[in-house]
Amino acid sequence: MKNYPPRFPLRFFRWFCHPKLRDSIEGDLMELYEERRIKSGKLKADAHFVKDVLLLFRPAIIKPTEGTERLNTFGMYKSYFKIGWRNLAKNKGYSLINIGGLALGMGMALVIGLWVFDELSFNKYHENYSRIAQVMKGGSFEGKHYVGQTSLPFPLIDELKNNYGANFKHIVPASWKSDAVLSIQDKKISKVGMFIGEDAPEMLTFKMIYGTWKALTDMNSIMISESTSEALFGDSDPLNQIVKINGEREATIMGVYEDFPKNTAFHGVQFFRPWEFLVSDGAWMKQQGWDNHFLEIFAEIQPHATFESTTANIINAEATAIKDLAYMKDELKYNYEILLLPMHDWHLRADFKEGVLQSGPMQLVWFIGSIGVFVLLLACINFMNLSTARSEKRAKEVGIRKAIGSIRRQLIGQFLSESFLVAVFAFVIAIACVFVSLPWFNNLSGKEMNMPLTEPWFWISSFIFLFITGLLAGSYPALYLSSFKPVSVLKGVFRAGRSASLPRKILVVVQFTVSVMLIICTGVIYNQLVFVKNRPVGYDRDGLLMIPKKSGDFNTKAETLKAELKNSGAVTEVAESGGEVTNVWSHNSGFSKNGVVVDKDRGLATLQVSHDFGKTVGWKFVEGRDFSKDIASDSEGFVINEAAVKFMDLTNPSGQVIHWKNGPWQVDKDFVILGVIKDMVMDSPFEPVKPTIYFTMGWKGWLMLRVTPGMPMQEALPKIEKVFNNVIPDIPFDYKFASTEYAAKFSTEDRIGKLAAVFAILAIIISCLGLFGLASFVAEQRTKEIGVRKILGASVANLWQMLSKEFVILVVLSCIIAAPLSYYILYNGIKQYEYKTEMGWWIFAYATVGALVITLLTVSYQSVRAALANPVNSLRSE
Amino acid sequence: MKKYQLGEFEEIVMLTIAILYKEAYGLAIKNEIESRLKRNVSMGAMHTALVRLEDKGYIRSHDGEPTEERMGRPKKYFQITALGKKAMEYSRETRNALWGAIPDVSLNVKFS
Repeated sequence: MKNYPPRFPLRFFRWFCHPKLRDSIEGDLMELYEERRIKSGKLKADAHFVKDVLLLFRPAIIKPTEGTERLNTFGMYKSYFKIGWRNLAKNKGYSLINIGGLALGMGMALVIGLWVFDELSFNKYHENYSRIAQVMKGGSFEGKHYVGQTSLPFPLIDELKNNYGANFKHIVPASWKSDAVLSIQDKKISKVGMFIGEDAPEMLTFKMIYGTWKALTDMNSIMISESTSEALFGDSDPLNQIVKINGEREATIMGVYEDFPKNTAFHGVQFFRPWEFLVSDGAWMKQQGWDNHFLEIFAEIQPHATFESTTANIINAEATAIKDLAYMKDELKYNYEILLLPMHDWHLRADFKEGVLQSGPMQLVWFIGSIGVFVLLLACINFMNLSTARSEKRAKEVGIRKAIGSIRRQLIGQFLSESFLVAVFAFVIAIACVFVSLPWFNNLSGKEMNMPLTEPWFWISSFIFLFITGLLAGSYPALYLSSFKPVSVLKGVFRAGRSASLPRKILVVVQFTVSVMLIICTGVIYNQLVFVKNRPVGYDRDGLLMIPKKSGDFNTKAETLKAELKNSGAVTEVAESGGEVTNVWSHNSGFSKNGVVVDKDRGLATLQVSHDFGKTVGWKFVEGRDFSKDIASDSEGFVINEAAVKFMDLTNPSGQVIHWKNGPWQVDKDFVILGVIKDMVMDSPFEPVKPTIYFTMGWKGWLMLRVTPGMPMQEALPKIEKVFNNVIPDIPFDYKFASTEYAAKFSTEDRIGKLAAVFAILAIIISCLGLFGLASFVAEQRTKEIGVRKILGASVANLWQMLSKEFVILVVLSCIIAAPLSYYILYNGIKQYEYKTEMGWWIFAYATVGALVITLLTVSYQSVRAALANPVNSLRSE
Repeated sequence: MKKYQLGEFEEIVMLTIAILYKEAYGLAIKNEIESRLKRNVSMGAMHTALVRLEDKGYIRSHDGEPTEERMGRPKKYFQITALGKKAMEYSRETRNALWGAIPDVSLNVKFS
């Protein structure tokens, strides 16, 4: 082969040349080489050959780096999206329904997602979140184990600190939250605060604006929140300023902390004062033994420890300490345990009922979360139904694509990419909607939620959410559409038969089942709410004002105050009590009759009242009489409620004698039952009224005012305020309406009711959107049939009936499925309320009828329009 | 404006293809240009032009029979497409129009 050109350049050429050009150019090269070799010899021909090859090394000739074929399928995807876009633009109505429905569902799911996230991130504001716990007490009684008591005896904090201190990094005692008036010079504001141990700021990682975490070490110091500081001092640095508390004590501001956000347990606490101050101020506290429970304890466990191991170490702290105390001998049988309630359980799992840990709030989160998933599912079903219903329109496209070589996988990819396109549009709209409606939703749910738009995790999870939605909505249409046989679709005999519309029908039934269930749930929740709201409360809560006594002046000037108030004409009665009428604050035990304990070791609710309390709140007697100012012996009298009569098994209770022996109260004497009142709802209106005893002895921290009946509040309040400002000028006039406080007891249930209503309405809207689309499609498909029928004499009513029947049957079917399902769910949900309504059959009937009416309205618009159309138009266009 | 893009060398290549008619393949085109225009044409330049022209749709190609002097490699014959023809005509017309627009005096050597 001596006539061959040099081998290396040839190989080089073959390597770099585009394969499509390789053979022909190589041929040219060979031919030229041969010519040159004959003309001017091999050497020169070789040189020319090398030169030619080098000159051929240029972009147009070199093969592309990614290979000979275009290996990426970018072009294909580009065309998918282009076709998808054209399809959307061509059928604007359907696209609107599709995207709108999906956006609605996604928006709802987003909001619910934010809500669930907010619930789950409760208290995470504190950096030591995973190690903080509240100390609580448990014990056994009558073979039952009780936990959840968070009010603890005073000696426990010293016991834990001194003998079990190694278990905790920090351990702090705390008082309950209470109101106090803070004042500087002429400014005074009423704020909620608490006493807490000095390690608390460090343990709870306060975010300090001014000062340090050591701000509570001095006994006379106070820490205030940023908002309080702004209210008192404006923007200036308040450190080392002196504030007066309740017009009496002075404290130095040693720290200002950022207000706790709404999703923390300490939200709303506007100032903290040192626990040491409380102890030194009230000498009585140190004298309290293990039998008086009035403080809370928070602790942070050691970094390496677990809650279980720490609990195991301290569980017997109280039992060991009280073993040898004479006055606690009777209580040893309860086997008191000291336990820890981890911070991550405070919000969602710390619901105690009869001393057993419940998971009610957690269930609510699950419930709402699953509603979110369902609403999204409804929107996805819409998408599936509309896509498959319109499949005929695209059958030819599928046929042609298959005929020219598309494999099924590629078609699935195509339809999936279209659903992703729709999902992206919907997502953008959903984000905008959520952004706009979030303040409203915050208001409804009582939260402070934000769109974490700057957080990468938000976008990552949004992307995953988008992907799942696209997949969910697009998978079925993609599988269905790509399964067409090209021969039959292209021949034109393609007809989606009965079997093709079956899955669609099933999906409609699923949709309406969920919607109807939501309607029924909303109805029952509302019904229950209205029922409880109408419950007789046993006293007159309208026009009843409750005023906390915030300083000693209230007692020293009590008589003046009372007289002035009555003189103003705005108030008819003034009374005092140990607590609000809307709350039970204390439980006591030690009641016996003829030597037999009648409180069954559980204690009775008690309320200390003044003799005119009954007249003021308006309680109603079943028998006996009220306390009287003129009868001195009434200080040894009881008024009890009907529940207490039942609880203590009394017959003819009036005049009977009850012996009360109680350490903290320092009583050991007989009391006479003066009268029995109708049950007053003081605690949760959803629960049975607690057996309660009212008596006149003891400390009374609240004033009860009965506003003159018939006088409008806006007229009475300024008059009352004027009196207070004259008599007790140091304390700002602060009051609560009994009616508002009572209404607040419904806030959780109100919220759930409203949320459920919103969800139900949205679910119905989404389902109806889908139905509307389906109905219009069916009407369009049957245009010719309707035309022929009309010509043959069918009336509009006939046609309407014919077109609507199919959908009505589906909706009736879903109602039949939804009723027992929702009954089952509601039965379990409503069981937790003691005071509950019956689930009347009429709620189910209303829901069914409502769903049917809505369906008919939706479908009728399309079917009547189709039935009214002139048959000439529909039949001419062939 | 740029309705038909056609470079100077590309135009020469197309004209040559037209001249050669049925015999227009790589080497023949090269030889024809070299002999007519008395200029050297490198293999690289010419094949680049051919690739471009084919991409533009001015010419199309088909493979011929493999021959022995080409070591069994087929010849690739080129042919002018309708679009290509239009492009050539356009190019020629614009030139003619420009030539026609030149005033007689402009190229009169006496004045230069």
